[in-house]
Amino acid sequence: MNDYKKIKNKTGIAKAIKSALTYFGLTLWGIAVLFPFYWMIQNSFKSFAEYNSESIPKFLPSVITFENFVTAFTAVPLGQYLLNTLIFTLATTIIMITVITLAAFAFARLDFKGKNAAFTLLLALMMIPNELVIITNFATITEIELRNTFLGLILPSVTSIFYLYLLKENFAQIPDELYLAAQVDGSTDFNYLIKVMVPISSPTIVTILILKIIECWNSYVWPRLITDDEAYFLVSNGIQTIRESGFGRENIPAMMAAVTVISVPLIILFLIFKDRIMEGVSRGGTKG
Amino acid sequence: MKINKNIKGWLYLLPAFAFVGVFMLYPLIDVLIYSFEEGYNFASGEFFGVGFYNYQYVLRDPYFLQALKNTFLLVIITVPSSTALALVISVGLSSIKWLKKAYQTIFFLPYVTNTLAVGLVFMILFKKTPYSDGLVNFFITSLGGTAIDFIDGAYWAKMLVLCIYTVWVVLPFKILILTSALASVDETLYQAASVDGTPENRVFWKITLPMISPTIAYLVITGFIGAFKAYSDAVALFGENLNTAEMNTIVGYVYDMLYSDGGGYPSFASAAAIILFCIVLTITCINLIVSKKHVTYGK
Repeated sequence: MNDYKKIKNKTGIAKAIKSALTYFGLTLWGIAVLFPFYWMIQNSFKSFAEYNSESIPKFLPSVITFENFVTAFTAVPLGQYLLNTLIFTLATTIIMITVITLAAFAFARLDFKGKNAAFTLLLALMMIPNELVIITNFATITEIELRNTFLGLILPSVTSIFYLYLLKENFAQIPDELYLAAQVDGSTDFNYLIKVMVPISSPTIVTILILKIIECWNSYVWPRLITDDEAYFLVSNGIQTIRESGFGRENIPAMMAAVTVISVPLIILFLIFKDRIMEGVSRGGTKG
Repeated sequence: MKINKNIKGWLYLLPAFAFVGVFMLYPLIDVLIYSFEEGYNFASGEFFGVGFYNYQYVLRDPYFLQALKNTFLLVIITVPSSTALALVISVGLSSIKWLKKAYQTIFFLPYVTNTLAVGLVFMILFKKTPYSDGLVNFFITSLGGTAIDFIDGAYWAKMLVLCIYTVWVVLPFKILILTSALASVDETLYQAASVDGTPENRVFWKITLPMISPTIAYLVITGFIGAFKAYSDAVALFGENLNTAEMNTIVGYVYDMLYSDGGGYPSFASAAAIILFCIVLTITCINLIVSKKHVTYGK
């Protein structure tokens, strides 16, 4: 009996040590994740003079100042960048969801010639990297003189075959009986789509919307190619401009303020919808 | 009635296919054509001839070779290390109950943040300036080392920062996928092992790992594809002029050829993009063959 107690105690201690080590390791990575955000925020509240006088970086500002945020909005058109990004993000997302809802409905519910071939073609195109098609898109948009316009930014960013696929799978799960009942009631296909399918699939639609918003908000390559007029810059391009020339290269606190302003909207969106976002991504999303 | 049905179906598909046709299908064919047109001029739309000159040029261009080397190094270092680290973190995460949700949320945060914005913060953490060595160097010097210029200094130092940042960026996705894979392993297998008194190490290697091996294979494949397409992480750390910084990637080379100070060469850009696509395709096929041998699928 004594031996048994000893063994039990031993495993108890081993378990406690193991669990402590696990928490320690996880906390370490948690710090690694959060630290850049902390550094960004705390430096955005330091004055320019204070930051530059620190030969050893300090972990907190001695005096909190908001001057960097004022500089961020006045020295560079940060407000303009944010507004542009908002317009781009909303327009792209709305057009995308309209287009894919119609297509997903056709694939999931309607019966017509060439449906399977069309769907296979789309699935095959899902493998094609964006880098391959962006060259021609650049040429196309340049040719029809849509550089430095919202249309030029938005149109090539709409296509998202993966989200179409996700929505089609969701639509396909809605039982046939509902459709047949609606047809008996004399409801048109379009009405059925809007009044029945979209509401039933709203969790998936919301997930898709949020993922697309994140993708648009962070997009960098296409906007960089297609805009060289500051009036159409998105936040990502804005950051690069700020970095290369914006506040004079040395004004790090103002840069950090700008970066904080740019990051906060997405972090808030994430905290509100974190379950939806994480579930959506784990269903096979990739980093856009 | 039947024709009507077909027209209706395609009418619903029309907007989607208009976008796909103009911005995906047509460009796909066009990029191939571009890559074989020699001396193509963007403004006039003229070219001299047809052949492999663009590929030859790109493959001899020192900037492309540099980009190729950087990209391969980045892939070889970050894919295994990030997958292993994600596995360790996910196993830890799955073994705890208290605060699990909070840790999960924090770990996922980098996924939703702007790569360029946080990259700027990383640059500041690692950068050495005349008036301050930066935070990372402060730790290095207080541990007795000498300060290193990570952003404008030696090649290996710059590559190290790029790798660290890439791992930081790709980890949230991997942790999320692995955690949900670990949660879906059949509980009865663990119960059987505990009845048999199997040591935990053995349980991990003989049950957990084989059960989640399809997920690991998936992460390795998508990890390779993602790492080969690296670009904006490097821009975030070293600025837009990546050739000068010796930190360009293949994708960066494509965009530089297309549009930047030295740009205006869609043919070279297309050739480079197709070379990249072939590399990725080859690696993915190898991955699939290897994983077929080592992965335990289903029940």
